[in-house]
Amino acid sequence: MHPFAYTRASGTREALDAGRRGGRYIAGGTTLVDLMRETVERPGNLVDISGLPLREVSVTERGGLRVGALVTMAQTAAHPKVRTLYPVISQALELSASAQLRNMATIGGNIMQRTRCTYFRDVTADCNKRDPGSGCAALHGFNRTHAVLGTTDSCVATHPSDVAVAFAALEATVHLLGPDGKRGVPFADFLLRPGNTPHREHAIRQGELITAVEIPALPRPLRSGYLKVRDRQSYEFALTSAAVALHMRGGVIREARVAAGGVGTVPWKLPAVERHLVGERPSDALWTAAAEKAAEGARPLENNRFKVELLKRTVERQLRVVGGTK
Amino acid sequence: MSIELPESAVPPPTGAGESSSTPTRRTFIATSTAVGGAVVAGGVIGGGSLLGPEEATAAEAPPSSRVSLTVNGTRRTVTVDNRTSLLDLLREHFGLTGSKKGCNAGACGACTVLVDGERSEMGVPPAGGWGRVNSCLTLAVRLEGAEVTTIEGLADGDRLHPLQKAFIDQDAFQCGYCTPGQIVSGVGCIEEGHTGSPEEIREWMSGNICRCGCYVKIVRAVQQTAGRK
Repeated sequence: MHPFAYTRASGTREALDAGRRGGRYIAGGTTLVDLMRETVERPGNLVDISGLPLREVSVTERGGLRVGALVTMAQTAAHPKVRTLYPVISQALELSASAQLRNMATIGGNIMQRTRCTYFRDVTADCNKRDPGSGCAALHGFNRTHAVLGTTDSCVATHPSDVAVAFAALEATVHLLGPDGKRGVPFADFLLRPGNTPHREHAIRQGELITAVEIPALPRPLRSGYLKVRDRQSYEFALTSAAVALHMRGGVIREARVAAGGVGTVPWKLPAVERHLVGERPSDALWTAAAEKAAEGARPLENNRFKVELLKRTVERQLRVVGGTK
Repeated sequence: MSIELPESAVPPPTGAGESSSTPTRRTFIATSTAVGGAVVAGGVIGGGSLLGPEEATAAEAPPSSRVSLTVNGTRRTVTVDNRTSLLDLLREHFGLTGSKKGCNAGACGACTVLVDGERSEMGVPPAGGWGRVNSCLTLAVRLEGAEVTTIEGLADGDRLHPLQKAFIDQDAFQCGYCTPGQIVSGVGCIEEGHTGSPEEIREWMSGNICRCGCYVKIVRAVQQTAGRK
């Protein structure tokens, strides 16, 4: 680990000042400290933001939910409002990492966590994300766990977060505070696809701080849930996953929110699947036909061809779990 | 119980300033690591980082900070290299070697300790959370005001913690390396209330890896202890 200066921000203003001067924010630190030890991350100045007042979970005026950036994964998952209104969020969180890590890691940090691509984490390997222009060792390397959607020849790494898949499905907004004031970024625009610049991963400007993630109000009743498919039953990243939320009335699906994880360079929203569901009545045939659209545009690599079929089956199964079959 | 210990400036984890004349296995490893670390450190300073003028001499003395925390009821104030993990602080500086270094990456759980941050100076959990955490991924300088409980702090004198007793009753270990982490994590799991069934215990204990494969008996030990509460 390289040496770094450490300061504890006692207030938001102080944190923003330090951030503008190039300080790197640390909250739970579960990703950052790990990557600093591998020298993948080499911040010169760490700014500890854990003392900032960003720890509230609240229901918004419009009936949505606002989760402060420093609420831990464990606290968010256990929060009664989250459990009642958006079980998909609680499930995605509790299927992530371990109890220890969920006690430390925060919501803001979770969506900022970096890829688990082994070549990214190995400083001796070529990686455009870590070292722009050096190439992508995963493209023709051991790429069984890598992405099949949103990839380019520059980068095929997946985004590792589970709850970010739920946020993408539910069309959350990331609230930011910076030197120029507040702004909200739709989740779809927050995490960037790699293109030719995989080192650019998010829409945050220098010195900006995530203050909260807001889930918009959705019509009630809303059924939702998260399915994660992985190599072992617990404490493992997703090979594929599906976040599904459905609003049904009169036996007809009126609203659908669906996204997939473990398959995209960013959490992968599935609008074609959503469109196929709206206005229809639940049936096995509907789930199968809708899920068939989940892998549209997939570009499998040598070792992850299985993900295309697995993705469709994951989405189909979770549509059936959430939507039931009539 | 609270014992106040005087401030002590402890050497950085790299081993610079290590004065022990009889090298133990631990100091030998620490010193060996320092050689590689020093070279890298010089490189980043020369490369023009974000360090201000006050850190310009960092090549000789890596940035350090003073932190006061309570470990197993004893308040300690130390000055540590900012890079020091809570695990290294406990093991290398406080001599509390019960917490084990397995992967040093938050993946195995051998370093699990309990951190109660609710009583920290700022009134918030210092590492963004509380309860059982991976001490290897916790920077020691972030623990101002925190209360840390390690495996050494569970027993009441000669009276073992019920979960320690249960591990013996159930024969829940072979080599024992993961055991301190398993027990501390189990205490956290019981406090969190995730012991409703063997399946629930397995899921909520999945952050602790046991290479010997004693999972069945570990689950029984947690179950036995939770049942008493």
